[in-house]
This record gives sequence, C-alpha cells and structure tokens, in this order.
Amino acid sequence: MSAMADVARALPPGLLLSLPIVLPLLGAAASMLLRRRTAQRVIGIGVLVVLLVDGLLLLARVDADGPLAVQAGDWAAPWGITLVADRFSALLLPVSVVVLLVVLVYALGQGTAESGGSTADQRLVRVVFHPAYLVLACGVCFAFLTGDLFNLFVAFEVMLTASYVLITLGTGPRGVRSAMTYVVVSLLASALFVATVGLVYAATGTVNLADLRGALGELPDGVRLSLSLLLLVVFGIKAALFPLYFWLPDSYPVAPAPVTAVFAGLLTKVGVYAVIRTQTLLFPEDTAVMGPVLIVVAGLTLVFGILGAIAQNEIKRVLSFTIVSHIGFMVMGLGFFTLAGVAGAVLYVVHHIVIQTTLFCVEGLVERLAGTGEMDRISGLAHRSPLIAALFALPALSLAGIPPFSGFVAKLALLQAGSSVGSWVIVGVAVATSLLTLYAMATVWGSAFWGRPTTPVEDPDPGDTLDVGVRVVPATMTAATAAVVVVGLAIPLAAGPLYALCARAAADLLSAEPYVTAVLGG
Amino acid sequence: MSPGGWLAAAPAAEVVLAPTGASVVSAVVVGVLFATGVFLLLQRALTRVLIGLTLLTHGANLLLLLAGGRAGAPPFVKDDGSVPAGVADPLPQAMALTAIVISFAVSALLLALAYRSYALTGDDVVQDDVEDARISQVTLGGGEPAGAVADEQAGAPERAETGVGRSDPADPGQDDEPGGRT
Repeated sequence: MSAMADVARALPPGLLLSLPIVLPLLGAAASMLLRRRTAQRVIGIGVLVVLLVDGLLLLARVDADGPLAVQAGDWAAPWGITLVADRFSALLLPVSVVVLLVVLVYALGQGTAESGGSTADQRLVRVVFHPAYLVLACGVCFAFLTGDLFNLFVAFEVMLTASYVLITLGTGPRGVRSAMTYVVVSLLASALFVATVGLVYAATGTVNLADLRGALGELPDGVRLSLSLLLLVVFGIKAALFPLYFWLPDSYPVAPAPVTAVFAGLLTKVGVYAVIRTQTLLFPEDTAVMGPVLIVVAGLTLVFGILGAIAQNEIKRVLSFTIVSHIGFMVMGLGFFTLAGVAGAVLYVVHHIVIQTTLFCVEGLVERLAGTGEMDRISGLAHRSPLIAALFALPALSLAGIPPFSGFVAKLALLQAGSSVGSWVIVGVAVATSLLTLYAMATVWGSAFWGRPTTPVEDPDPGDTLDVGVRVVPATMTAATAAVVVVGLAIPLAAGPLYALCARAAADLLSAEPYVTAVLGG
Repeated sequence: MSPGGWLAAAPAAEVVLAPTGASVVSAVVVGVLFATGVFLLLQRALTRVLIGLTLLTHGANLLLLLAGGRAGAPPFVKDDGSVPAGVADPLPQAMALTAIVISFAVSALLLALAYRSYALTGDDVVQDDVEDARISQVTLGGGEPAGAVADEQAGAPERAETGVGRSDPADPGQDDEPGGRT
C-alpha cells in the first residue's frame, strides 16, 4: 500500500482526480465515433481498467496523506469547481469501477452490448450501449469526486441521462412503461434538487460543500433544518428510501440483466453516498434532530422493502425489493452519527455494491438458462447447472448476513454500533430484516434451484435484442459472474483492514476538518 | 418573512454584490410554475406529465436565478483587480444556464420516449404495472397462492380489469408485455 502511495504521490493530483471524469467521457466520444465492435470493446474495457488503477492509486494516496483536492482551472475554492477525494469517496471509486468492469464483460458475453443482429434497432443498440455505459461511469465517478453541490447535481444528471438511455435500449411496451416511471421520478427529483441548490445559494451565497459547512452553521435552525430535509428528500428519491422507493421495483426488473446489475449496484448507492456526505459534512449541528429521523426512515425502509420482496414471484423483483430494504441498513448506520455507525454504513455500502450486482448477474444467468425469471415456472436448476446454483447461493447467503460472508461482517458492524448506543428497536428490526432476507433468498433457492428440472421456457420475444431460454450460458457471462462472486468473497477475507479503512473514513466524515482544510486551505 | 429577507444572499468576503432582494413577482411566478407543474405531473397522460416537468424545471431554474439577487452591473473585475460595487452575481446565472441545458436534453429524451410509448401502445396514457396489479389481485382475492400456475391463465383478464390505460378494448392483448407470460 505504501509503495502504491509513493507512486501516487509522484503523479500530479489533478491527473488522479480528473482522470475518472475526463477519460470515460473521451472514451464515450471515441466509442461513438468509431462504432467498430472491436474498437468499442477495447475502449470500454481499457478505460475502465485505467480507471481502476487510478482509483486504487488515489485510495492509497488519500489513505496515507488525507483528503486530496484540486481546483479546476485554478479558480480559488468557493467560486471554482472543486474536485476532492477523501477516504470515503476514494474507497467507493475503485469498488464501483470493479463492478462496472465486471458487468461490462458480462454484457459483452450476454450480447446486450452488441447484439449480432442486423436490423436497424439492433445496430443502434450495439452502437449506443458502449458510449452510454462509459458516460454512466463518468457520472458515478464525478458524483464521488465533486466538491460542490451544483456539480453533484450535474454528476447526477450525467449518470441519470446515461441510465435513461440504457434502461430504454431495445425494449418493448413494458420496458417503455417502466422506463417512463423511472425517468419521470428521476426528473422530478432533479427539479427538486435544482430548487434546493437555489435555496441553499440564496441562504448562504455558496455551493462549495466545504464552504457550506461553515456558512450553513450560521443560519437559523429552522432554515438549516428545512434545507437538510429537502436534500434528504432529493437524495432519498435517488437512494430509494421509504417512502420514496416505489419507482425502483417497477423500473429495474424490465431492463436487461447487465443494466439492472449495474443500476442495482451503483445508482442507489450514489444516492446513499450523497445522503451520507451531505448529512455529515453540511449539517453537523442537526444530528440530534436528523439522527432519529434517519433511524425511523431506515427502519421503515428495511421492513417495507423486505415485505415487498417476499410477496414477489419474479426473481428480479425479489432482488429489486431487497435493494430497497438493504438501503435501510446504510441509513441506519448513518443515523447513529457515531464513529462505529458511520464506519458500518461505509462498509455496508461497499458490501452491498458488490453483492447486489452479483445477484443480478446470477439472475441474468438463470433467465438465460430457464427462459424466465418467474419462480413458479422454473425449478431444478441446480441439477442442470450446479455452478450457477453455487454462484447464486454464495451472494444470497451473504446478502442475508450468514457468516462468514461479507454481509455478516457489515451487519455485525452495524448491529454493534446500534447496540452500543442502545437503539435496541432498530437493531431488532435489522435482525428481523436479515432473517426475512434469508427467507426471501431461500424461497428463490427452493423454487428455482431445487426440485424437478423443468424444460426451459422458450424465448418469449425472439424479435428483441436478447436471447433468453437458449439453454447455453456463454462462458464469458459465467466467468464475469464468478469474478464478482470472488470479489464478494474477498471482502470478509480482508475484513480487518477494510473495516479499519472504513473507520478512518468515518472519522474523516464526522470531523470533516481534513476535508474542509484540503478544499479551502489553511 | 419579508421578500428579500430569506432570499438575501450573504455577500462573500471580498466581493461586494448588488443590493439583493427578490421581486415579489418573480417569487409568485416560481410558485405558480411549481403548482401547475405538480398538477400536470399528477395526470395520467404522458404529454401532460412532460409539460408538467418542463414547467417544474422552469420554476426551479427561475428560483436559481432569483437566488443571485437583483440584476446589477456586469461582473467585470477592474484593472487593479478590485471588484466594483453593485455588480451582478454571475454564479447563479451560470448554474441556471447549465440546468437549462440539462433539462432541455432530458425533455427531448422524454418526448422521444412518450412518442415511443404512443407508437407501441397506441396511447400516451401510463399503464398500470402488470405485476403489481396481479399481486394486489392475488392478495385481495383471498387465499390464492402467489405462485400458482392458475394465475397464468387468469392473468390476461385481470390485467384487462385493472389496466386503467386501455385505449383499445377491442385488442386486450395489445398491451401484453413481450417479456414473459406467454
């Protein structure tokens, strides 16, 4: 790690911080212009590999030296555009890029990225997928690295616009319908975000996050609390918090498996990132009020999400509801506003990005193998493919928090944090949710993987860009899924150092001094 | 809450801004835009939703502009580096421009999507979610297990009952999604 930090110190900080934003955009443009299949593959994978290296170097340097900030165009901090990485964002960056990389390989294997067909629609899908995917990567990295509220809005828009394209690529009527829900809800949240930025600027005269910390502190309590709640609502929609989660289980399941996988892993977590960032950095005075609010919201998210998951018949919808439910764990950790709580939340974000993506990747394999994701129509998959069954079982147990998997480590951290501040109710709710998650996963396992093998359902829509129910699962897809399962298994192996890193990140988040000093200087 | 009280931007240390204060008219316009936007957003037709969202983003952009206070002199820095008194605050204008460009692009995408929806379903009214409708039918119907295969056959009529957005009753199969229950 120290050797990597030395390498990172030799590089200009501006390069480290701007590369994750500039490179995917340039790559997207090149990918759009070149259009050739091989070129698009090389650009897509190449850009993400460079980003991964950059992210790891950034993490090593930030972990060794503290937050790193650059002012774009050398405009001084409160006016210019600030890019800043602290331990929290530097940790999430490489994790997200790993997920993006694995899912891209998976998408190449599945053919979502580049269907072999020759109709105009299929050619369009092939040309558009790679650029949109890279723009999505840019938006995610930008959201993690930006140092002001308005650019956070821009980052969200970059990410969401790319996601609108991805979610509607080559879909039928059902896809358009649920994509519509997704787009309209996201746009509403964006409008609210712009309005909130306007109100914040009106009240304080700045949008720089580090500058806002001081400026918001001077406001009357009521004004500051309303701004805090407005931001919570805006990011709550993106993160799918109760009661603003309704759009997610409607829209995610209809997208192709790789698209859903990357959305499930990253988009809601960027929302959670924004909630954690703004609540800890901007509103330190309000923790006494916001803490209980967040805990209650977290509890309701946990319960409603998992009850929704149990009621579903389609595996994708079960998994979509578990995303909602498990967002509650992260917000619960934040709601304690203690070092252990926030550290647990950070660890949970890392765990959840990896595990949720894995589960959606496996669901794609199941759909490929069985022709459908509806549990009442498939059974006995374990006989047909023990490998896929194992690939499902490991992350499913991890999601439910069974030791020794990553979910157990992350949940243990959160439950310890909760019990140490004596919030027994939310700890009880969290444990019950974990058990219900196990139940939901066991239902999927019991109906899809056990039992008498059934013949695969035929491809319900041979005209679209995806082949399902083809019995053969491309090795690339399985290998990509196996890779992300291995990443998930590595989390508990490295749990000690990882938790220590999360605790350092949480300490930075709660004190915010290093962040503010890095951005504003002195 | 007097106009100009809560919207008054606290001037940053070095820059002397124009005497700020929002005009009541602009504030009322923002309010009206938000109200009509929300009303239209709650409609079922996509075109109305689209117009509602456009109004809503216009309101938000105007609010952003209002946050900068009244118009002032052009924000030029003097030769000696000092900033003259009474200049306009350029930052919210830059932000509003960015937001306008973004909302323009996304509105175009939404229009395309609404047209696609119209081309696919023959109507721009938002359909009920098939799976949601099915599950609520199952639970309200009493006792039918969620996973029963019998639901499959019952699926189409149920959907016809609950699908608010049917425009073409003669062709109930038209709004069947391609991805699944065949």
